[in-house]
Amino acid sequence: MSDAITIAAHALREAVRRRVLLVVALLTAAFLGLYALAAFEAFASLERTSGGFIPIDERALAGGTLLGLAMFVALFLGVVLAIFLTLGAVRGDAERGLLQPLVVRPVGRTTLLIGRLLAASAVCAPYVVIVFLVATLITQAAGDFTPASLVVPAAGLALGVITVVAISLLGSTLLGTTANGIAIFMVFATGLAAGLLGQIGDALAVDSLTTASSIVSWIVPFEALYQNGLHALTADIDGAAGVIVQLGPFGGASNIGAAIWPWAVAWSAAVLALAALAFRRRDL
Amino acid sequence: MTAALSARGLSKRYGKTTALDAVDLEVAAGELVGLLGPNGAGKSTLVKIACGLVRPTAGDVRVAGATAGSRAARASTGYLAELFRFPGWARAEEVLALHQRLARSDGGAAEREALLARVGLEGEGGRRVETMSKGMQQRLGIAQALIGDPRLVLLDEPTSALDPGGRRTVRDLLVGLRDQGVGVLLNSHLLSEIELVCDRVVIIDGGRVVTEGRPEDLTAPGGVEVETSEGVRRLPDARREDVPRIVRELVAGGAEVYGVSVISGTLEDAYLAAVVGRDG
Repeated sequence: MSDAITIAAHALREAVRRRVLLVVALLTAAFLGLYALAAFEAFASLERTSGGFIPIDERALAGGTLLGLAMFVALFLGVVLAIFLTLGAVRGDAERGLLQPLVVRPVGRTTLLIGRLLAASAVCAPYVVIVFLVATLITQAAGDFTPASLVVPAAGLALGVITVVAISLLGSTLLGTTANGIAIFMVFATGLAAGLLGQIGDALAVDSLTTASSIVSWIVPFEALYQNGLHALTADIDGAAGVIVQLGPFGGASNIGAAIWPWAVAWSAAVLALAALAFRRRDL
Repeated sequence: MTAALSARGLSKRYGKTTALDAVDLEVAAGELVGLLGPNGAGKSTLVKIACGLVRPTAGDVRVAGATAGSRAARASTGYLAELFRFPGWARAEEVLALHQRLARSDGGAAEREALLARVGLEGEGGRRVETMSKGMQQRLGIAQALIGDPRLVLLDEPTSALDPGGRRTVRDLLVGLRDQGVGVLLNSHLLSEIELVCDRVVIIDGGRVVTEGRPEDLTAPGGVEVETSEGVRRLPDARREDVPRIVRELVAGGAEVYGVSVISGTLEDAYLAAVVGRDG
């Protein structure tokens, strides 16, 4: 394990020295600034226009939608970070001549992969949790809105990006840097699209769409974890506001269930094992 | 004594391409072996199999008695790849410290300083890799390969980016390794380097060993050249032991002898005879 930690520390040092973390911190601050502006403006607008024909909890509607958006952006940024920290971990680094000096040391190839997984997870998982929690604080300050759950969405985001790190590492053993980056982004987009289609299926009562979405969610569990998080975020919003939030793009119409948690962990371990197998068989 | 490197019946195929075909090769402890061959001959593949980067298709390869690629074998191996890179952001000290940890070397700062001095980089430990010349990076690569006192050192074109001074430094270093009992396999296109330092030369072509032996055994005699009052005469069939007789006969014949040179063939001649002659 100490070798994996050595490799992880090396990868983290690289992220710091190459100013990856600095750039991410600055751009995230910019996003959160924009989010704060939008949140305060949205709740202020509610103050001015409250009182319509349909009785609706506008504060919950705005808060749920805004936090759903924040959760999506946190996931998106976390996935971008996860991909860029790992997309060239094996073939990319081997093509650049960075990997060979490490692989010839008495360190297992699986250990090298675990080190890279630890490093990327140590950056991405706290990152998405922090972005989500800061957005929650902003939403609370702007509109006194508190989500039904903080733990489930935060944990879902964290585990979701770890699953993406695992896929990206597997891809890096099979594909060159650019091809792997494109492939993982497409997998991510496919997962999100499947989730949206599932929501449409739910709204229109089209079983085939709902089933297809559910299958995709299990195949790429980051989507299921995200859906679960969204669902938990707005679980206590009821009435007309609840219906509208559930139907919206950030509403989370489906709750995949608690089984997704152990499944996502097992799935990540299996993907990493596949990556290790592919890496062991690769001539460098 | 266990050989530093031993390969028996080593073969490697990439699809239908045969990179190595039943190669036998041994590097004894304290022996410096030069590996020669044209591009695509299989030299780098052989070195990569020895250090565990490439898996052999057939054959048995051992490093200090352990199967090549195993953890024990890698712990006994120092390797400098032909195309390698260290992270540009890292300082020389950090590169060596990382490899010390992975090689489980407890040499600490003293080992790092000694290795940097050994390759002519003393005082450069705080320098970032990205600010180093190619030659400096190659020296750092050699220092990295020597971490943890390996029993076998595999060097793939270690002097390709070095100036003449740097090559001299590496030559001295190789001789020092041999004196310490380290087996060295040196893969290089620089025949003069190999001729100067290697105990034995192995020439491979088309994935097979085509010739091997001590440099002096591979280089054929090239005759004797005599400078006399009548000009320079070359006697292509003469040998070193013929020189006294040749001089006596010339002096007896009234010629004045100003100088005599025994001409030996070069490793380049032997290499071309083995490779081009074979191809032709």
